[in-house]
Amino acid sequence: METVLDWLQPDWLLSLSVVSDDYNRGRYLSGLWMTVKLSVICIVLSLIVGIAGAAIQGAKSRALRVSVGFFVAFFRNTPPLVQLYFFYFAIGTVLRITGENGLPQPLVSNFGWAVISLSLFAGAMNIEIFRSGVEAVPKATIEAAEALGYTRLQIYRYIVLPLALRISMSALGTNLVNLVKTTTLVYAIAVPELLYVAAQIWSEDLNVREMMNVLLLSYVGIVAVLVWVLHRWEKALRIPGYGG
Amino acid sequence: MNPGRIKGHLPVLLPARKLMLSDIPLHDRLFNVWTAGALLIAFLVTAIGPSFAQAEAAPARSILTILFEWTPSIAKAFGFNVLISIMAMAIGTVLGVGLGVLQVSPRSMIRRLAWIVTQFFRNSPWLVLLFYCILLIPFKITLFGMSVPFPGWIKAVIGLSLPVMAYMSEYMRGAINSIPSGQWESAQSLGFTRFQTMRDIILPQTIKRVLPPWMNLYAVLTMATPLVSIVGVNEVMSLTRAALSAESRVDLLIPMYLYILCWFFLYCYPISTLTGRLERRYSVKL
Repeated sequence: METVLDWLQPDWLLSLSVVSDDYNRGRYLSGLWMTVKLSVICIVLSLIVGIAGAAIQGAKSRALRVSVGFFVAFFRNTPPLVQLYFFYFAIGTVLRITGENGLPQPLVSNFGWAVISLSLFAGAMNIEIFRSGVEAVPKATIEAAEALGYTRLQIYRYIVLPLALRISMSALGTNLVNLVKTTTLVYAIAVPELLYVAAQIWSEDLNVREMMNVLLLSYVGIVAVLVWVLHRWEKALRIPGYGG
Repeated sequence: MNPGRIKGHLPVLLPARKLMLSDIPLHDRLFNVWTAGALLIAFLVTAIGPSFAQAEAAPARSILTILFEWTPSIAKAFGFNVLISIMAMAIGTVLGVGLGVLQVSPRSMIRRLAWIVTQFFRNSPWLVLLFYCILLIPFKITLFGMSVPFPGWIKAVIGLSLPVMAYMSEYMRGAINSIPSGQWESAQSLGFTRFQTMRDIILPQTIKRVLPPWMNLYAVLTMATPLVSIVGVNEVMSLTRAALSAESRVDLLIPMYLYILCWFFLYCYPISTLTGRLERRYSVKL
């Protein structure tokens, strides 16, 4: 009971170094900004990967479809952390250029590898989501577009994609939320995002419990904002009488 | 005998015209499975090739030999990953089913509380929950004068089972709500209590709905087990890092990580294939 009362005291919040200390607050905010930046870039890139991949999966050429299918199967069924390690430690070590001072330097920074790895991982999921959305578009609609003289690309751009996007909206939302949660993995390659700076702060100030709570609440907040944005988007995109 | 030559037979079975290379459209001749495979191999050779050239400079064991030598330890460590995933799945499933049932409780207070707990654990990152459990659960608990030790990997199992619980709770809520209300009403008219209805009538029917997402969740959980290496529990990823630093060869990096990826792929891919098949089969019947 006493501990609960302790928690409820107002000075608990003020004694948080994230709130009171300028230096820690700056670090925390920079971590928050890094997480938001990483999330937004990865969401955009993964959407592009998803749309392009789904378009290729509807292509005529069997080879293209098979290779995209292989990519999706591999990235969906291997751990994202190991993928990240593979990109950063394996490919990143091989891909080096000689810098100005004559020493080998990595071609892509750890932030770059984080973006590439997470975008490909989430993109592979998005391909699968968009593909099922594309499959759910009624055949008659596509045939009608063909009868109106649309080319294949036009059909995809103006007919299939807008409908598929609306059908796959809820699955897409789940995946994007997952992507934001997966950005914590880049802690392992020392990208200074929220979890990383929080770990720095709690190992210096020894306030593990408080920082942990701040961290969890921050992520729940970020995800809540994303869910709200997605909800607004879904509402804005809705065609009355089509797709729930 | 050629049927076209016999009088009265119609020439319906003419020999098939031999497929010429020029019959295949140019675009298919350029992009097909074989060229894709050749491209992939060429890419791998260019990626790994330079490292092989380095290996030739200093006579050393070949990459394959090294991978083969490490395979028993990797298999053992991977087995530990599987153990962690099974234990976390068991704990998470039991708690999740309970939480899911609470989410459809007739009391709005309980329902809302269960919903908040579910959403909280579902929307917080796995890694943060792992850190939470690793750092905040004491390393031993004294119960009735007996001290129970809590090693790191048990705490990791608990940390992984929390999100599993939340996902499971959502699946259960969806499945219970998808059972037609006639089932509840007829059970009530037969004099079943709410608890009996839930246990004997509703829950058995939800299994079919919950099984595919449950299996998918297991695959996701297995893919999350390397996370415990970040919080300092030794499993396949930490073993790999240790093996790589023990060998200290740059040319080993790509093959070794690919090898580990293949282990996970071979474990998770059959599960997701089976999940897809089950989903399709059940969706036809419903």
